[in-house]
Amino acid sequence: MNSATAKPSAQESGSSAALLVILKARTFIALILVFTFFAFAAPNFLSASNMVIMSKHVALNAFLAIGMTFVIITGGIDLSVGSIVGLCGMVAGWLVLNGIDIGLGWTIQFNTIEIMLLVILVGLFIGLINGLLITKLNVAPFIATLGMLYVARGAALLSSDGRTFPNLNGNPEYGNDSFYLIGAGDFLGIPISIWMLIAVGLGAAYVAKRTPLGRHIYAVGGNEKGAGLSGVQVDRVKIAVYVFSGFCAALVGLIISSQLVASHPATGNTFELNAIAAAVLGGTSMSGGRGKIAGTIIGAFVIGILSDGLVMMGVSAFWQTVIKGLVIIAAVVVDQAQQKLQARVVLQQQAALSK
Amino acid sequence: MESHEIGLTIRGGTKVYPGTVALNDVSFDLHMGAVNVLVGENGAGKSTMMKIVAGVEPLTDGRMELFGEPVDFRDKNAAARAGIGIVFQELNLFPNMSVAENIFVGREITRAGVDIDLDAQRALTRKVLDRLEHGNIDPDMPVGDLRIGQQQIIEIAKSLVEDARILILDEPTSALSSAEVEILFRVIHELKKDGVGIVYISHRLEELVRIGDYITVLRDGEVTGARSMEGIDLGWIVRNMIGGASKDFPKTDVLAFGPEVFRAEGLALPRMGGGFSVDNVSLSVRAGEILGIYGLMGAGRSEIFECIMAQHPHSKGRIYVEGREVREKTVAGRIGRGIALIPENRKRDGLVDILSIRENITLSSLKDFTKVFHMNLAAEAKAAAEFVKELSIKIVSLENPVSSLSGGNQQKVVVSKALMTRPKVLLMDEPSRGIDIGAKAEMFRTMRRLTAEGLGIIFVTSDLEEVMALSDRIAVMADGRISAEFDASDVTSEQIVAASTPGKATDTTGNPEETAA
Repeated sequence: MNSATAKPSAQESGSSAALLVILKARTFIALILVFTFFAFAAPNFLSASNMVIMSKHVALNAFLAIGMTFVIITGGIDLSVGSIVGLCGMVAGWLVLNGIDIGLGWTIQFNTIEIMLLVILVGLFIGLINGLLITKLNVAPFIATLGMLYVARGAALLSSDGRTFPNLNGNPEYGNDSFYLIGAGDFLGIPISIWMLIAVGLGAAYVAKRTPLGRHIYAVGGNEKGAGLSGVQVDRVKIAVYVFSGFCAALVGLIISSQLVASHPATGNTFELNAIAAAVLGGTSMSGGRGKIAGTIIGAFVIGILSDGLVMMGVSAFWQTVIKGLVIIAAVVVDQAQQKLQARVVLQQQAALSK
Repeated sequence: MESHEIGLTIRGGTKVYPGTVALNDVSFDLHMGAVNVLVGENGAGKSTMMKIVAGVEPLTDGRMELFGEPVDFRDKNAAARAGIGIVFQELNLFPNMSVAENIFVGREITRAGVDIDLDAQRALTRKVLDRLEHGNIDPDMPVGDLRIGQQQIIEIAKSLVEDARILILDEPTSALSSAEVEILFRVIHELKKDGVGIVYISHRLEELVRIGDYITVLRDGEVTGARSMEGIDLGWIVRNMIGGASKDFPKTDVLAFGPEVFRAEGLALPRMGGGFSVDNVSLSVRAGEILGIYGLMGAGRSEIFECIMAQHPHSKGRIYVEGREVREKTVAGRIGRGIALIPENRKRDGLVDILSIRENITLSSLKDFTKVFHMNLAAEAKAAAEFVKELSIKIVSLENPVSSLSGGNQQKVVVSKALMTRPKVLLMDEPSRGIDIGAKAEMFRTMRRLTAEGLGIIFVTSDLEEVMALSDRIAVMADGRISAEFDASDVTSEQIVAASTPGKATDTTGNPEETAA
């Protein structure tokens, strides 16, 4: 957005440069448009309580979308995140209600922090299995994570025979009565889950931009063979992104079961598709090598505000689905236009140089 | 000299791309039954002109006539219907499809318009491959399993089955060995006799002088010379191409070489279907020395580098850097020990197209800018800028995608990436492939400078002149083995060619029947 200052210098190339800036910031512009529209069209949209509720909704999708962005940048896909959310929610519910029975009449109970760590461990582990399937056993990411989608969902259903774990209020004796705070607590007036999103989002953006791992993620997605010959440990990079995606899904599982103070095995169904949509809306290329965390988060907000706003306006759920789909398609069409224009601007610069 | 009918003419041809004039008021006559040679440095407009002839791009201004009729091809198919075939510089093949399917893609032989007649395609494929003296390529083999040289033969075969009246060959020999070039020249000779008008683009000037009948020289989008080939020498071509400067390889300063920096012992790589692609190869290079490896396609030259760079887990042999054995099994580990590779196929193996120039240059050495896990982007940009300056890479900004650069500049980016790892030995696989004369000369000077700084270089080439002029020592490969080693100061081209010829016949495709001893 800083190249707007260069606009007056060259009128001709300036206009396409300005257009490029607009196109680059399109998700952000879309966010502002959607926001302004609902501010006028939907009653109570701007109220503080609505903002909090909406951001909580958005956060769930944003976590998954952040994990998904890294996976897609490497040229993969993770279809299992929705099921991991469900399974991790069930694990959290189980731990709160029952602890772990080690036999001999003993049961280990955990406090809230320990439960969080254990649930996250489950998410990491499932991500690791995804990564190992994809790298060591050469299963296509789509298939490996599709399989995991079913396995994890099945495991979630098995854990309770399909029933809900209700009343996860915990027990002060075990130190897990604070479990509900993950989803319902706040700090400085902002929900804990939003603080977590800020931390994960900043961390992910930092990794993407300023660490060798981040650079390697982009390189693997851009040209796997070339990256490998340049000394990038392709398998490790790929495993890392699936593990991180599992981590994000585990957080969402925790937050949802805490918010509802119950865990249901069908939680998270089709969440993976929303996550992919947010990433794509934010400018992540499905063919790999391109994408930004900030874009993805904005994309998640656009989708979230759109669906919440439409609900508040009383638009039918069927129309909401249609509108969401149209927005995603439009985003990709605009993205293509941007790529074309960008390539042209760069080539013009290069051509001007060789004159 | 016999006169040839003029098949196609361009008058006042101008092609403007956004921001650049690729062709400026050019005139061109294409003689039928003759080889029309087109030369010029990269970016001079050769490929653009041929794209226009083949209907890939329209002229911005000017007119084109085919046998006296004005033509304006809307697309490549229109040109193909008019009998114009083109073999592009870049390979346009489908690696997962078979040889026969590739050759007939887009014009499948069908029964009743739907059912592909595989037998007929196979038979025709065999016929055309026999004509190209590559009858041992199985028409059902996936093209991806072929070596690059063989793939180029397939690309040429594709245009031969079209029965084109005008055939454009854009650098067809850049990946071919000299024996394969001979085959191609024989085919060209036949086509000429059949009255086909051939346009031949190449960076290898000796080739042009040998087979050309007419020559057109382009410089910066303008025709600087056009005449019949009679009485033309290399000097004339070069003068018209680059305006005076001459092609010269940097002279070897005979310095005393340093100690041995790299040694490989008993490298062996089994080949699918028996035998070895690399058969018990040992070689070494000293600090400041350039070892040239010459060999035909399929002789196992690139595979040696792949073994050294840990690309084949099942390969055997030991390698040493500065006397210490390299046991690292990963590319990163080997780079860390001071081995750097400049791959043959820049686009596929050397660059990450989508990343910026800066990110490509530093990709192998990110840990130099990293503390624990935090990368210092300013230091990174500075280091990249230093290499851009040192190798005089022409760029607008370090942040532009590397794909916006010309071939020569892209190659410099790959070289920068390799050099940034501070290697002790540099492996260069066809370092001059697909770059123009000016960039080549620069590349060679850079190689010399690097060795003067104490680097050992091993490079692979299929260009005889290059290997003789540039190497301190020459290893010739045939059938996966090193068949001879020469001191570059007293070797003749005949000796090298003789050594590169596999024992039995001029089998250039690496016949799998060759068994290991």
